[in-house]
Amino acid sequence: MPGIKLSEKTIGLIREVCSDFGNQGSELINVLHQVQSKLGYLPAEVQEVIAKELNISIAKVYGVVTFYSFFTMIPMGEHPISICMGTACYVRGSEQVLAEFKRQLSIEVGQSTADNKFSLNCLRCVGACGLAPVVMVGDKVYGRVSPQMVKGIISEYKEGCASEAKSA
Amino acid sequence: MEMINLTIDHKPVVVRQGTTILKAASSIGIDIPTLCYMKLDDMNIENKPGGCRVCVVEVKGRRNLAPACCTEATEGMEINTHSIRAINARRTVVELILSDHPADCLICAKSGNCDLQNMANHLGIRKIHYQGEQSSYREDTSPAIIREINKCIMCRRCETMCNDVQTVGVLSAVNRGFQAVVAPAFEMNLDHSVCTYCGQCVAVCPTGALTEADETGAVIRALSDPTKTVIVQTAPAVRAALGEEFGMPAGTLVTGKMVAALRRLGFDYVFDTDFAADLTILEEGTELLSRLSAFMEGDPNVKLPILTSCCPAWVKFFEHHFPELKDIPSTARSPQQMFGSIAKTYFADKIGVKRENLVVVSIMPCLAKKYESSRPEFSVNGNPDVDFALSTRELAHLINLGNVDFNSLPNDEFDQPLGESTGAAVIFGTTGGVIEAAVRTAYEVFTGKPLPRVDFEELRGMDGLRKATIDFNGTPINIGIAHGLGNARKLLEDIQAGNSEFHAIEIMSCPGGCIGGGGQPYHHGDAEILKKRQRAIYSEDKNKTIRKSHENPYITKLYEEFLGAPMSEKAHHLLHTKYFDRS
Repeated sequence: MPGIKLSEKTIGLIREVCSDFGNQGSELINVLHQVQSKLGYLPAEVQEVIAKELNISIAKVYGVVTFYSFFTMIPMGEHPISICMGTACYVRGSEQVLAEFKRQLSIEVGQSTADNKFSLNCLRCVGACGLAPVVMVGDKVYGRVSPQMVKGIISEYKEGCASEAKSA
Repeated sequence: MEMINLTIDHKPVVVRQGTTILKAASSIGIDIPTLCYMKLDDMNIENKPGGCRVCVVEVKGRRNLAPACCTEATEGMEINTHSIRAINARRTVVELILSDHPADCLICAKSGNCDLQNMANHLGIRKIHYQGEQSSYREDTSPAIIREINKCIMCRRCETMCNDVQTVGVLSAVNRGFQAVVAPAFEMNLDHSVCTYCGQCVAVCPTGALTEADETGAVIRALSDPTKTVIVQTAPAVRAALGEEFGMPAGTLVTGKMVAALRRLGFDYVFDTDFAADLTILEEGTELLSRLSAFMEGDPNVKLPILTSCCPAWVKFFEHHFPELKDIPSTARSPQQMFGSIAKTYFADKIGVKRENLVVVSIMPCLAKKYESSRPEFSVNGNPDVDFALSTRELAHLINLGNVDFNSLPNDEFDQPLGESTGAAVIFGTTGGVIEAAVRTAYEVFTGKPLPRVDFEELRGMDGLRKATIDFNGTPINIGIAHGLGNARKLLEDIQAGNSEFHAIEIMSCPGGCIGGGGQPYHHGDAEILKKRQRAIYSEDKNKTIRKSHENPYITKLYEEFLGAPMSEKAHHLLHTKYFDRS
């Protein structure tokens, strides 16, 4: 794992979040949530600070980070794309949608594009099964997505491209 | 306490509220099979994640089957532990586990000692009806412990030991679903973690997922090399457990047979780590007394309590977690390393063999000893003081490979001069033993009077944390004892906070001390075995004519001929060490 050096400012920010939650180990998930929303991702060095602040083992922190697909250890792109792989979306073809995203962006799940514009991830159910298959880009939800719509969704976020895709 | 009435397999049973179905059943002789569950009685060690579902039973009126290990009995319950539904579920569970388990039982290090193998046999599983994906996780090799995660069944016993009992916090379940494994943070290898190599994860692993780094091959090569003189030392706790590997009841002392077996295997000299344990007492005891005297004279620079330093997992633990306390433990090397150091200087000179041609093998109840012997400060020009550290289990394999019928062996004696030891050295093998041995010597040196009694019952027992005050002829000496690193942590936190009342503390990483070491024959969750080994250790002490380390005549001779005096410059160079900040 390539090491990164956290700035004093970042460390201070993580400590602040931990202290907001009373430095309680039982608040780990909330802490991770907050820190990821501020930093965009949870690299090893960040997890180490959190473990120290909450006085729990790093292994435990890493265990939780890797358990929930929401948490990520690699920087997400400017527009994080998440494809729902929950049961309803899966049976309605989300796997083909995912394959099309991979093809269009030339990246695998968990990777970001070279320009860091997009990153690709799977998630388990956003609670919109009626719209299956569901794709999220940032906070925006797209429903009933077909592989044919993928190119259009991506182009919405590329500078200078007109929006073509329908949003739900 | 409210009592609960229920029936299990049509038998009525009355239990206290809060009792699990598993315990209620076992109280009337019904043995519900378990796999992930583990409980070491009296030691506060329990693992019941209810994860494997092997212990499921049918409860009348309940829709689904109930895991017996973590379901409490309730009033009026009617339980069937062997209904066709329960048996089928149990078999299905085990078949599913086996469907993702390498079927290499014939060549697995755990074969014959594997709880999964035993369970499959117990349930009569002859066919696996499920075929699916197989895990393929990389193997992790450290100097002491091998992780073969494809054999892991996610019972979480190792996590309980590593996190709850030892508070080391190396192992955790990571990832999710089929990808879930038990691993150190960031899935690094153990040797990049804060693992102490205490081996308690190995001691409780039900399968071959966690085993020791096997060095028997290297020892066999050394034994068959005519240019090498190969000598062996045996730790005190080994003699109280080795017999179990050959079908003897727990607690059988096999000192004489062990010596005979080692001689038959071709070791040129069979020596005893107990000799070095006596030496440790002289060095550590002298250090204790000099610190104590300085403290009593009001020297502000002297630090108390003094902590024992025989246990390599404990040493690594404080180097990682309490580096600011690293000048508090005794600087005395462990008996294993003292032995190696003396063997490759004093003894090598005596028999006229060059250091490079002398191979020192140790038989240890411990996996951390493998790591300890590999620490660079314990070698001279790349040649280690101790070349190989085998576990008790590895010695049993070696004895089998040597076609030795262990049970019919005569009782042999250790060789001299590094084979003579006292009762004080033998009790190093159990929790409380090192400090009792130290007290026996320190008392006489400090007071100049003979001990009124040799046995210090107040230092013995199995409680995780113990304390006693010993009267040194008018001077009260407060002694603390901890076994299990979680208990040690509590004492260390007191020291950090300046609340420690102790003058001296003994710490052993493994529950029970070395008798419960990670390299001992598997106890399969039976804490009685550890108590029997402990009794064997104390009976060996009782049977010794000399029971105080400073009365060992060969130790006296070693100081006269070679070292000078305890804590002399030479003794310092050869028998003491320093600790590192690994935080």
